Amino acid sequence: MTLLSVANLNASYGVSQALFGVDLEIAEGEVLALLGRNGMGKSTTVKCICRMMPSEGEMSFSGKDLSALPSHQAARLGIGLVPEGRRCFRDLTVYENLIAAARHGAWTLDRVVSLFPRLGERQKQFARSLSGGEQQMLAIGRALMTNPHLLVLDEATEGLAPIIRQEIWAAIRTLKSETSMSILIIDKSMKELRGIADRAVILERGKSVWHGNMADLDPETCERFIGV
Amino acid sequence: MMSERYLNAGVLIALLIVPIWAHLADAPYTITLATRVAILALAAVGLNIALGLGGLVSLGHAVFFGIGGYAMGVLAHHAQTYTALDLGIFTVDGTKSMPIIWLVAVGTSAVAAVIIGALSLRTSGVYFIMITLAFGQMFYYFAISWSTYGGEDGLSIYLRNDFPGLNTLIPIQFFAICFAVLSLVLLLQAGVSRSAFGLALNAARQAPTRVEAVGLNPKRLQFVAFILSATITGLAGALFADLNRFVSPSMFSWQFSGEIMVFVILGGVGRLCGPVVGAAVFVLLEHVLGGLTEFWHIYLGLILLIIVQFARGGIVGLLATDRGQHG
Repeated sequence: MTLLSVANLNASYGVSQALFGVDLEIAEGEVLALLGRNGMGKSTTVKCICRMMPSEGEMSFSGKDLSALPSHQAARLGIGLVPEGRRCFRDLTVYENLIAAARHGAWTLDRVVSLFPRLGERQKQFARSLSGGEQQMLAIGRALMTNPHLLVLDEATEGLAPIIRQEIWAAIRTLKSETSMSILIIDKSMKELRGIADRAVILERGKSVWHGNMADLDPETCERFIGV
Repeated sequence: MMSERYLNAGVLIALLIVPIWAHLADAPYTITLATRVAILALAAVGLNIALGLGGLVSLGHAVFFGIGGYAMGVLAHHAQTYTALDLGIFTVDGTKSMPIIWLVAVGTSAVAAVIIGALSLRTSGVYFIMITLAFGQMFYYFAISWSTYGGEDGLSIYLRNDFPGLNTLIPIQFFAICFAVLSLVLLLQAGVSRSAFGLALNAARQAPTRVEAVGLNPKRLQFVAFILSATITGLAGALFADLNRFVSPSMFSWQFSGEIMVFVILGGVGRLCGPVVGAAVFVLLEHVLGGLTEFWHIYLGLILLIIVQFARGGIVGLLATDRGQHG
């Protein structure tokens, strides 16, 4: 069953148009990779889905029209965003970051801490004092504490040390195998994505140009649209 | 340097000990000064919730202080003149009961805050400051033109209002009431700032768009904080009017809005006992320097300048090791 449906999505930054009709769908429990080179509109698409910037086109989530909702209501429908650049609440502790926006559901503080034991060890530390990787874990944990149906990970492993990246990929694999949560993931690591994503959508110059199963994504298409 | 928790305890114990000593030494004026500190601190604790936790720079909080004051003044005036208060569709008798007056002060402040907050929070930054200032001026000039209750001259109340079981005319007993109210409100604020609401409000002050991304409406959080803040400042207004047994339009003045903001900044924005320290320093300077020169505000300005330049956490921030809400 379709959880998120986006059709003919257009968006602009002032006078310059960034999206020219993006189409994508995510089914319940599915992991979708949103791929493309830098500047092709991946993060803009995510911002539109999370209603953080105005857009035109059709968007529905769990059968409800997303396009007229403010950002916080879209989040309350069950879209949990882990934004690019982590963006924790710097002057709150790890514990406070996690409970500030918590909503009832399967994801509790204990469960988040069991997914990311480092957060448990640093519950009383301020977010600003964490390493980049720990802040990323906190950003994912914070999104999970809102008990989303769809987790949106925008460049969750970018700029992190290899060992931390592996921890985060392991957590994402756990989310896929142990929950029914849908995941929309933007990342450059094709090797990891091939092991996790069910399907992929490729964006090229603000338009979705390829849809299909991850297994069907051939090297030639990757080279042409993603550059890897 | 010490833990902020111990510092807060020390501040409150000092505020308690000074009037007790003054009572034993038969120095009622000192008790009145301490009562003034407690009440002004209460008004600033109210502002601190909006400013320190919510990041709302309100230059119109005197509106709520004045509303609280006039709630007391109007009710006590009708009680002492044995006249009924005509509310258009019905009339009510005045009252000299402090708890009832407090309820009215809190209720009317909340209603005003709903209206002012709903309009003001559509703006932000300098426009929010200006719109709250504009509301302050509207209430100020309304009070000046409200001849039924003294207009520009204000309204005198002959006797202090009653509190069950206490003689409020005895300074130490009235101080005890004010100190108890202040302590309870500080406990409330401590609870609020640790609650999910308080944390979300704090987060909304730091990064409103990030708060929206996790499903919280920053404007709604700020709106609730603004109302809570207004009710506390309104309650302080009722107590202040009782302390002086007098209300006047000056309680609505923008200068007073500025003064309570000075208390918060002096003590430490977002710090639990910052407003208490700020109000104490202000009253102390007013008392000590005010006896030497009528231009004592120059020295206050100098201290404020030093605090803003070199100690953003205020006096509490200078003395405490812990973080404040503003880091």
